[in-house]
Amino acid sequence: MTDVSIDVQGVARRYGRRWALAGVTFGVPAGTVVMVAGRNGAGKSTLFRVLATAIRPDRGTATIGGFDVVKHRQDVRRMTAILSHANYLYDALSAKENLHIVADHLGVSRGGVMGILEQVGLASRADDVVATFSAGMRKRLSFGRILLQDPKVVLLDEPYGALDPAGFDLVDEVIRELKRRGATIMMATHQWERSAALSDAALVLEAGKIVFEGPADQVASC
Amino acid sequence: MLTAALRKELLLQWRTRSQMMAVFVFGATSLLLFSFAIGPNAEMLRTFSSGFLWLGLLLSSTLTLAESFHTEMENRAFEGLLLLPSDARALYYGKAIANWLQLTLLGCALVPVMVILYDAGTTALLKLLVIIMLGAAGLSAPGTLYAGITSQVKAKQMLLPLLLFPLIVPALLASVKATSLVILGDPMGQSKAWITLLGAFDLIYWSLCGLLFGRVVED
Repeated sequence: MTDVSIDVQGVARRYGRRWALAGVTFGVPAGTVVMVAGRNGAGKSTLFRVLATAIRPDRGTATIGGFDVVKHRQDVRRMTAILSHANYLYDALSAKENLHIVADHLGVSRGGVMGILEQVGLASRADDVVATFSAGMRKRLSFGRILLQDPKVVLLDEPYGALDPAGFDLVDEVIRELKRRGATIMMATHQWERSAALSDAALVLEAGKIVFEGPADQVASC
Repeated sequence: MLTAALRKELLLQWRTRSQMMAVFVFGATSLLLFSFAIGPNAEMLRTFSSGFLWLGLLLSSTLTLAESFHTEMENRAFEGLLLLPSDARALYYGKAIANWLQLTLLGCALVPVMVILYDAGTTALLKLLVIIMLGAAGLSAPGTLYAGITSQVKAKQMLLPLLLFPLIVPALLASVKATSLVILGDPMGQSKAWITLLGAFDLIYWSLCGLLFGRVVED
């Protein structure tokens, strides 16, 4: 896998009159894991949605692997996967069918779907409709979706949210595996100590601005 | 990509097929109410039957079209597909074709109801099927586009018909006239002209809406 870096220059985004991101500038070297910390409403999810090309920035530029998130949206999307608060799943379909849809749209074989469901601990529920799943199981399936995408850049928004202790270990293992594959990872989380152990660096956002940028263990000790 | 999108749509429709039954009951009830409005005048019922059929299908279509995006918005699944990345046009045509098939089925299912209620039978069944297919295509192409536009707003149930109905008047008019000629008889051979006009509108709708959909969902 070719390593891909992230470069963000003065990115700002507002909802109505409120600036969710008020001009953030930072860089993420290829193949590193960066933890993004901050209170609720600090702008973490907005930052990830801008980087994933789900929304456009009002000001500033961001590039992933040299591709601009506004001008080269499709190129960015080809190398990026996001774990969002919205799980992007169809409630009426089964876990397997949801991953089949992703495989079909990516143009990859459906053959690997059962292996991924096994990996995220949902093999026994593969044929159950997602509507019957708990929040934690939905999150596991969303991780399955990311593994199927095999991305170069991974944006994990609250990866530990709604998961049980076994789920926490699963997230750690997935992050380690993605890192082994050479992926550049950003994760927004409130599990600071746990995330710091996996991260190379950290950013702290407050009211849409970066108030700390440095080693992850310094955030964990705050 | 189009095959993947269409396969997904058909699977979703199959899984939510009970809604199709509800939409059919809604359409059939509309036809029943229209017959009450006219009263026991067999000649008038037969004369207006084609208009009522298309009115019933039009009203039912707003439910079908809005529902086709409801499942996409539940967990922002549609955004998830766009971010994979998927081609917005393929997603549009997949959804529009699935809606077209569903509306064609609904139209065909409403024909026996129309025949029973309005005594409006015809032997030109193949011609009627072609008109229903073309008319349903005229509803589904702009309907899918507008359902996409309105899916993210609060008053979607009100906005969709408000935006859609004025746009599809030409296609609807051609559908009603062609159906009427098939049911009441076509001594002057006018139905061909209406069917051609309907086909021309379909061509415009399907081309334009496919081009616009990407801008609608991305911007």
